[in-house]
Amino acid sequence: MGKITTRMGDGFPVEMSESQLMGDLEEGTENAAECGEIPTLSKEELQYLFGLFTAPYRVVGVEPGHEVVLSYDGAPLKMMRTAIDVHRLQASQIYEKLLGADTLELGHVDYSYKPVKPIVSMEQTVLEQVLMATHAPLFYGAMPNLGLYTQPDGPFPNPSELLAMGKIGDVQESYENAVEAAVKDIVFVAGAMVKSGADGINLDTVGAAGDADFLAGLKATEILNEKYPGICIELGMAGEFVLGMHGDLTYQGERLAGMYAHDQVRMAEKAGVTIFGPVANVKTNSSCPWNLARVITFTKACCEVANIPVHANMGMGVGGVPMTNHPPVDITSRASAAMVEICRLDGL
Amino acid sequence: MAISHAIASGMGGMRAAGDLVARMQMTRGMKINDAKAYVADKLSVSVSDLSDPVVMMEVREDLDIGSLSPLPGCTKGIEAKIRIAKVLDIDINCVQRLKGKGLI
Repeated sequence: MGKITTRMGDGFPVEMSESQLMGDLEEGTENAAECGEIPTLSKEELQYLFGLFTAPYRVVGVEPGHEVVLSYDGAPLKMMRTAIDVHRLQASQIYEKLLGADTLELGHVDYSYKPVKPIVSMEQTVLEQVLMATHAPLFYGAMPNLGLYTQPDGPFPNPSELLAMGKIGDVQESYENAVEAAVKDIVFVAGAMVKSGADGINLDTVGAAGDADFLAGLKATEILNEKYPGICIELGMAGEFVLGMHGDLTYQGERLAGMYAHDQVRMAEKAGVTIFGPVANVKTNSSCPWNLARVITFTKACCEVANIPVHANMGMGVGGVPMTNHPPVDITSRASAAMVEICRLDGL
Repeated sequence: MAISHAIASGMGGMRAAGDLVARMQMTRGMKINDAKAYVADKLSVSVSDLSDPVVMMEVREDLDIGSLSPLPGCTKGIEAKIRIAKVLDIDINCVQRLKGKGLI
């Protein structure tokens, strides 16, 4: 076989030999195994990936019968981002009727719970209208986004500034206060959406501000489950491991900082999450084979311990999809098929 | 990107039975194989039919649970969800809300 055309993590095309391809696959899985202290992929699994990348087809897919459920983050906002002037109601109809969406999601353009709070009644009305006109289950989604709770955007001292001054205790106190405020906002907004008829709540990009952000998502889930028994909560992560911005935060006795997906999902289950969304990041200056082998190693370890459905994050820059606004179908379809087939995902 | 995933590994949403399988994950926390088996049983079809848009178009029209190109008189939107709740034997939040208002 001649040169194999694939892509780098930023999406740009690259050619490699068969030995380079297998070398990248092996290095990718070894990197994940070392970082997460988890098993590498088997020879058979690497061979499957090798076959996927050497297949001369532009688009590939899972075997018939292995299809999974798709959920989304910020779905109607993608229409806004691409300057398509449709209301979120029409965006939802386009998703379910033209894009093959298994689930729908409504979200505010700011996509964080805090800014939705003062306009929650407006959002509820839109949600109720979307529910009247659509068929697929509808999430209301937003991020905990703890960054909005610290100065200059919020009430609490800025941890980054405090950290530079060496005020570790104050940093931790600021994050702890932000957690409590974020939990109140998430519960307020999510509760309103449940009362208006939402089928589920999507806590998206959880952990973006580190361990405190993750804790806010877990605590909010716990409270929502108590208030609304049977509620569906999808919790999708922001990154492949939890940054220890606070460092000492725990959930049910376990330190959150440094957790990878296979530990994150255990915390999510304890909190009462219905669907968990693990993330594994893409390194832009490594090849897509390297990245995909690495991502699958992390995600497979998560799926193996999960007792709840797992919908892996597979947007731009995560899940083996290149870090570009316009992911090419060749690599996206390969990432999609490989993640489902090897990890035995429930969705993505 | 959404289209790439839908083609490579998605169930097809309401083109097939993806929305129904999703509901079982969301309301019962079912893993994918259990959710598919449950829906297939309720619809009296095989699991492989669930991702087939041609088979499912007929099934959806027969059960009147919403379809891509609904004919006049067919259920649409929340009307279809009232039927979906019955067919799948689940509570759908917005349908329960209508019941709470005494509308159905």
